Amino acid sequence: MENLGYLAVLLAFVLSAYAVVAALGGKLRRNPFLELSAERAVLAAWLMTTAASAILLHAILTDNFSFNYVASRSNASLDLLYKVAAWWGGQEGSLLFWSWIAATYSFVAVYTGRRRHRNLIPYVVVVMAGTQAFFLGLVAFEANPFQVIMSGPQITAVPDGQGLNPLLQHPMMAIHPPMLYLGYVGFTVPFAFALASLITRQPGERWIHTTRVWTMVTWLFQSIGILLGARWAYVVLGWGGYWGWDPVENASLLPWITGTAFLHSVMMQEKKGMMKVWNIVLISATFFLCIFGTMMTRGGLVSSVHAFAQSEIGVYFVWYLIIGIGITAYFIASRRQYLRSEAELESVVSRESSFLFNNVILLASCFAVLWGTLFPVISEYFTGNKITVGAPFFNKVNVPIALFLLFLTGVGPLFAWRRTSLESLRRNFQWPALAALLCSAALFAAGMRHFYATVCFSLCAFVTLTVLMEFYRGGRVIQRKLGRSLPSALVELTWRNTRRYGGYLVHMAIVLMFVGFAGAAFNIIHQQEMAVGDSIEVGGYEFKLQNVSEMDNPNYFRAVAAIDVTRNGEFLETMMPERRFYHASQQPTSRVDVRNRLGGDVYLVYAGQSSDGANPIVQVYLNPLVNWIWIGSFMLVLGTLVALIPSKRVRRAERVRPAQLKEQPIAASGD
Amino acid sequence: MRKQAKFVAIVAAIVVTLAWMGVSGVKESATYYVTLEELMAMDNPGSKRIRVGGDVADGSIVRTSESVEFTLHQQDESMAAAKVLDVVYTGEDPLPDTFRDKAQALCDGFLRADGKFEATKIQAKCASKYEAEPGADAAPVYGAGATSPTD
Repeated sequence: MENLGYLAVLLAFVLSAYAVVAALGGKLRRNPFLELSAERAVLAAWLMTTAASAILLHAILTDNFSFNYVASRSNASLDLLYKVAAWWGGQEGSLLFWSWIAATYSFVAVYTGRRRHRNLIPYVVVVMAGTQAFFLGLVAFEANPFQVIMSGPQITAVPDGQGLNPLLQHPMMAIHPPMLYLGYVGFTVPFAFALASLITRQPGERWIHTTRVWTMVTWLFQSIGILLGARWAYVVLGWGGYWGWDPVENASLLPWITGTAFLHSVMMQEKKGMMKVWNIVLISATFFLCIFGTMMTRGGLVSSVHAFAQSEIGVYFVWYLIIGIGITAYFIASRRQYLRSEAELESVVSRESSFLFNNVILLASCFAVLWGTLFPVISEYFTGNKITVGAPFFNKVNVPIALFLLFLTGVGPLFAWRRTSLESLRRNFQWPALAALLCSAALFAAGMRHFYATVCFSLCAFVTLTVLMEFYRGGRVIQRKLGRSLPSALVELTWRNTRRYGGYLVHMAIVLMFVGFAGAAFNIIHQQEMAVGDSIEVGGYEFKLQNVSEMDNPNYFRAVAAIDVTRNGEFLETMMPERRFYHASQQPTSRVDVRNRLGGDVYLVYAGQSSDGANPIVQVYLNPLVNWIWIGSFMLVLGTLVALIPSKRVRRAERVRPAQLKEQPIAASGD
Repeated sequence: MRKQAKFVAIVAAIVVTLAWMGVSGVKESATYYVTLEELMAMDNPGSKRIRVGGDVADGSIVRTSESVEFTLHQQDESMAAAKVLDVVYTGEDPLPDTFRDKAQALCDGFLRADGKFEATKIQAKCASKYEAEPGADAAPVYGAGATSPTD
């Protein structure tokens, strides 16, 4: 089996490499048979990676502990879900998983686009099969998951595997990596089409329309991946937070930022033929940051910062990046004429300029995060000292950026193309601005003195009102025209322009998340050693330690603290934070207990033992607004899905013309 | 031309503001990341924020009501004698679960005049197995380190 698996990987590698050569040769020598053969090679490479993955998965599910990979990542008593997760649970398997997703994407992209984009496809094959060949090469020659355990000339099996780290045995951790990978790998498709259009000097903006769905779906996967990771950190790691600006987290954020910038700035190209160079640069940057992110997670140069993981494959990634960026830069430079803008910026207060600022700001944020992440490497290179920067740096730069972006979220969609009149500014923004002022005043009166949080809440009020007004005004027009009820008119409105109103829903989701982020200003943390019978009062809640019970089982020893939570004399529940000591790994871990409520989380951690070992140390976190982040996450998914639905075609008679939208002349201008 | 000047001015203002915040952010949180050996060789280490990594010496952990004291230890083939450093942990948080004898520890703090290292934050990793420390990973790093021989 192991030989078959390895053979499949090798064949897939050779087939992908062949696809690159054949596609390039076919295109340059105008040989359609070679092109066709390249496309078939893509299909064959997909079949081979699928076969290799199936063999590995089969070995994991049948507890074949003669495979080194299975023995170190899985064990017999592991739940089915986590056994499947073991496929991407380690270096070798995850690279195979990456290759399999890449092969699947190439296969789908090539076979859905081969007729419509005849002259693009060879270059798409080159980019996609090239990337795939790179990863398959790593699997074949550096990180082979099909290695078996040998004792002398004999293949042997260990009785049981070492299993998966207990902290990672969580449903969210099982689906978080595939989501992130689907996102990482998915950006290859729009990048491949963009580069192919650039190389062949395609007239018009067809690649943008072609790849819009790909880009959005990929962006959605990436968002879900990041948010699941944050949620996992929150409910499992027991520090009351969800984001720590760790290099590996940053690596997943970077392509998300440039991808978000790209999703916005392509609209400029679609509507106005502007920012062409910029868009190519953005999608290329997103793709290369995805590769960079994979390098970071898979143990590369920068994870040495972390000092926890080191691996030799990083250097291949660096070469891949250098060569890839070099080729891309060459084509952008040599096709400057083709990328010339068709219009100019006309006014500072216009839709165009709001996109421009959106992009400048997102890029600045991306650069700051990249800079902070690479700071140890950069500082070591220039000064010889390895200097790290932590959360204070990232927050200091990114908080103002985020607030400015939030502001743009509110104003951008309501600015007119080209220039915006004072009259329309007044009409669109007087109520939202008033709401923001009232919100600030109310917070100040309530004793709020945190500057950024106050600004954030006020901006949230501002953006919420602009979005609601957009829906209301559009809905009213349709209501009057078609004589429907307002809710049904709102559905109709959204359906007629899903991109625009789906986009608004995503903006609302961002607002909700920002409420959650800024809510951290209200968080209360308290830590205390408690003896049985002790009670403490934190933020209006009373916590009483009833007892500590200890249990032992073959897997772990555990101590559970039963803590009664009361508020204003009313008993709420008994929470059970727990501490475990795993026998096999000799690892103690804390299992937090979270009381999830809309009005705020109560988050208890059995953090440790007092110095003399007699009493538990209990940490209480009160996070009043954190749930809005998760609610916002669902809304983000919903909004993106709405935006993916094709807009309804409207008969002429029913169409709402700009002239009829007296209250809101801008709405008809599209998204 | 005036229009373009306006755009340039606004973009420049944004970039300059952010750069300024970035620089001050670096100043606030820049930490020198050193091994024990490098710490010993450092000029004027007392004035800097330092993160030092090493192994917790076996049996050296002493817990008192005020603080936890232990000894960091580093030795490899290139060194004639082991480097050692006494560390006093004065931070608020309970020490991580993985902080035990022989664990690899990262201590954030500063070197006191008396030659002891005062740590306010400690991250630790078991000597035997990769462990995700709090806040360390929202991305799939599990197992990432387990294949490396240093684990």
